[in-house]
Amino acid sequence: MADDTTPRAAVALAKTRSPHLVDPATIPGWGVDADRDNDPTYPMRDQSRDVGLTRDWDRPAGQMPDVEILQSIEHVRRPAVVGTSSPPSGVSGMMRRAAFRWSESNWLHWLLLLGADRVNVVEGVVEDLAQARIPNIPAETGIRAQIAFNKRGLAKKTVVTAGIAALAVGLIATRRGRGEGASDNVA
Amino acid sequence: MLAMDYRGPYRVRLSQKPMPRIEHPQDAVVRVTRSCICGSDLHLYHGMVPDTRVGMTFGHEFCGIVEQVGSAVETVKPGDHVLVPFNIACGRCHFCQQGLFGNCHESNAQATAVGGIFGYSHTAGGYDGGQAEYVRVPYADVGPMVIPDWMDPDDAVLLTDVVPTGYQAAEMAGIQPGDTVVVFGAGPVGIMAARCAWLFGAGRVIVFDMHDYRLDFVRRYAPAEVYNFKEVDDVVVFMKKTTDGLGADVCIDAVGGDAKGNFLQWLTGSKLKLQAGSAIPLHWAINSVKKGGVVSVVGVYGPTGNMVPIGNVVNKGITIRANQASVKRLLPRLIDHVRKGHIDPKAMITHRLPLDAVADAYRMFADKLDGCIKPVLVPHG
Ligand SMILES: [Zn+2]
Ligand SMILES: [Zn+2]
Repeated sequence: MADDTTPRAAVALAKTRSPHLVDPATIPGWGVDADRDNDPTYPMRDQSRDVGLTRDWDRPAGQMPDVEILQSIEHVRRPAVVGTSSPPSGVSGMMRRAAFRWSESNWLHWLLLLGADRVNVVEGVVEDLAQARIPNIPAETGIRAQIAFNKRGLAKKTVVTAGIAALAVGLIATRRGRGEGASDNVA
Repeated sequence: MLAMDYRGPYRVRLSQKPMPRIEHPQDAVVRVTRSCICGSDLHLYHGMVPDTRVGMTFGHEFCGIVEQVGSAVETVKPGDHVLVPFNIACGRCHFCQQGLFGNCHESNAQATAVGGIFGYSHTAGGYDGGQAEYVRVPYADVGPMVIPDWMDPDDAVLLTDVVPTGYQAAEMAGIQPGDTVVVFGAGPVGIMAARCAWLFGAGRVIVFDMHDYRLDFVRRYAPAEVYNFKEVDDVVVFMKKTTDGLGADVCIDAVGGDAKGNFLQWLTGSKLKLQAGSAIPLHWAINSVKKGGVVSVVGVYGPTGNMVPIGNVVNKGITIRANQASVKRLLPRLIDHVRKGHIDPKAMITHRLPLDAVADAYRMFADKLDGCIKPVLVPHG
């Protein structure tokens, strides 16, 4: 039985009830794409042109990249078209090259790449400095948006960061103090 | 030319980069007129996707004017205003032949599991993306489509990913008339999945999120029943109770690895990277769908692995369907839906920003500031 808040058509159709039911009759295009034949293999139905990858087919022409392209060892050959953004370089590049000795199913592959990404961030800062450019990190992290719309969050973050920094400095100072004391004793 | 420049997690800026060139006879160079920031760009922005290199330009949702074409390009010409699907697809390989344009095997050297995607790390091919003044578009005869005269470019730019991904989420869910459909995540893709669930004949559409302003939007837009999971004790129990004890017929994961809502998942997935993102919505989906139901996944996860209750998938006889949207396959249908008023993509755009505000746009979108649902960058605006 429908209560007063439940639209009629929805009651007829929906399998379960709710005071918030929406009446499908009010929705433009309701049910126009319903397809009883939609099964889990859709749309992978036409396998008739399965020629594999190495047999003869109308393969696109191959690109001739002028930068280094790393390639998954699961590929039987290089794909016809490749991306040429940001070729591997420096220490991170060495790590990336090493990562591609393992397949996509190997954790080491991905962990090395993630590690290379972190090293790459440091390289990015060094590269900026080498070009006499000091990266404006607050601007890069979108501080204007935070000032405009999230002053409280920004203040909290600043206080927490300053707190952690003060704590770290304090800890280092205490350690140093102790270290010096110890050497004094030895002396 | 000016382009978004990734410098590391949470750090992006606008930099001068060389103009893109024709590097293959089927390439085009496109002058970008609109470019969106996508929820999946946030996985890159947060440093979660392996092989995201400093200096790369993101952006897989863009449209623009064809500036230059390679010698083998026939269907688009300079001056055409085109929308460019986020998948880079050859149109001829084993997978493209079956309409699986999101799984092309001739566009990504770095990985076989995923096809090439514009501006989406080297794991997705190492292509610079469209958050720039200009962008290289490979296979220009296959992906790009001339925007119909009557169509607003704001609608067109959302047809490059958000609309087809949301639509395919509902399509893969195999919705039968009257089905109860649950969507986890009220970001643009979740909003669109909820809307499209009706087109497939859903009887009840429910959306979970943690941001009330997004829930308010989807409640009116889809329209849908909405619940803030922070105010629900146990999402799975709640779902059972509201579906006569059975569970939903269909659950859609429209969040992916940046999900919140469970400390252990968040810690191991988002922070410690012990799994490929936090799999909270997937966990909820598997446990709240009814036996024999369908879980449809369009949320983006990393390539390694996630903690999901696979035993329950077996015991409950669940069908899991998932894919990157096959944009080209769906475009004719979706353009028809926009023309007939079944979907109104541009209503999701909340912010329009110049390209030089890219760092602030990312922060605003990532931190859900100022009621942001979908930001669009306009290079020459
Ligand atoms: Zn996207
Ligand atoms: Zn292909």
